[in-house]
Amino acid sequence: MENLERVLAEHPFLKGLEARHIELLAGCTSNVVFKPGEFIFREGEDADKFYLIRHGKVVVETFVPQKGPLLIRTRTKDDVFGWSWMIPPYKWHFDARAMELTRGLALDGKCLRGKCEEDHDLGYELMKRFATLIAERLEATRLQLMDIYGDHS
Amino acid sequence: MATTHKNNSLAGPEGSDVMMVRPFKIRRMIKETDDTFSLELGPRDGTRGFSFEPGQFNMLNVFGIGEVPISISGDPTKTDELLHTTRAVGTVTKAMKKLKVGDTIGIRGPYGKSWPVREVEGYDVVVVAGGIGLAPLRPVIYYLLANREKYGKIVLLYGTRTPEEILFRKDLEKWRARFDLETFMTVDRATGDWRGNVGVVTTLIGRAPFDHLNSAAMICGPEIMMRFTVLELQKRGLVDDKIFVSMERNMKCGVGLCGHCQLGASFVCKDGPVYRYDQIRGIFTKREL
Repeated sequence: MENLERVLAEHPFLKGLEARHIELLAGCTSNVVFKPGEFIFREGEDADKFYLIRHGKVVVETFVPQKGPLLIRTRTKDDVFGWSWMIPPYKWHFDARAMELTRGLALDGKCLRGKCEEDHDLGYELMKRFATLIAERLEATRLQLMDIYGDHS
Repeated sequence: MATTHKNNSLAGPEGSDVMMVRPFKIRRMIKETDDTFSLELGPRDGTRGFSFEPGQFNMLNVFGIGEVPISISGDPTKTDELLHTTRAVGTVTKAMKKLKVGDTIGIRGPYGKSWPVREVEGYDVVVVAGGIGLAPLRPVIYYLLANREKYGKIVLLYGTRTPEEILFRKDLEKWRARFDLETFMTVDRATGDWRGNVGVVTTLIGRAPFDHLNSAAMICGPEIMMRFTVLELQKRGLVDDKIFVSMERNMKCGVGLCGHCQLGASFVCKDGPVYRYDQIRGIFTKREL
């Protein structure tokens, strides 16, 4: 557990969290490994986790019937992905698939939701981090939608 | 740090008129992507070689059709090879795409301020290219690699629309294999068989390995991309006088006479296309310009 706490504390996403919060998170955390091509979650499934990548690459994608997967965003070392665990109805809206051997940490969203209700300081710290993440994703998505390399640019 | 300025007086090399069009023969046509191609040119008038600074452009004349400014995309250390890369999007570039090896094209130039490759010696250099913006930056990469010992880390961040639209694949493969150049690529969209990164080019900046206290950045791409790239570089701690951008406006004469490319108090063809960001940040987002 001590080792897990150290790994959590060193992850850029959780940097600056108080030791007591890291300890709480560690109680909801497990090590995970995904083989290349393995789905981490699929659209419509319960969103009961989020992930911190320690090594490897993951793609968030959606499946277009008769066309195949449309890749939306890749995530690599030190990235975090998955925020549907904190927003009702707690369902994944996209698929996530390991593009290569990927190692990381899975944080149990159900467990965390309970802990955040009990400890609002922890909830606020996580909310600040996820708000930053969501804002960054929103800006990147807007740029993608602008199709800046198209003929009009 | 000041930008290098190639002299643009009306007297050209050896007293020639800088407005004079020189005939060049198309030696090679290279299809880069579906709508993007490169022309390799050689002089027909018996002159030898063509010297330019990274970031400069020439006016290319398709006789009977018109003239367009196109950045030089080749190696500045090889004066016997003149390369231009462009997309076939307008009347002139579409006509240019139809030309054949052996045809003649008119050239005048080189014009414009170049990237400050000498001024940033000793710095880490971050090159950020979006789409066809890699073309005017390729001479920078060639130059930096030819003078590798003079620089700290060299980082290339390249983003484009789809995997099919990646430019200069052979160069990128070579650059990615080098230990003294960090190359990161991403595409805005892709389908299942793509193994690389997906996401806009600005998302590469946060993790790019450079020392923000001792770095300079050179950016070329659509203006929206450059604006957001500047924001991300500023978040990483880069200061505005270490950021350089290449602007594009409707350039006609190439020597600051006609006024078509006026941007605020400057003419892009003469005072640009490369600008230090702190010198144009006030007009960078002006709608009226």
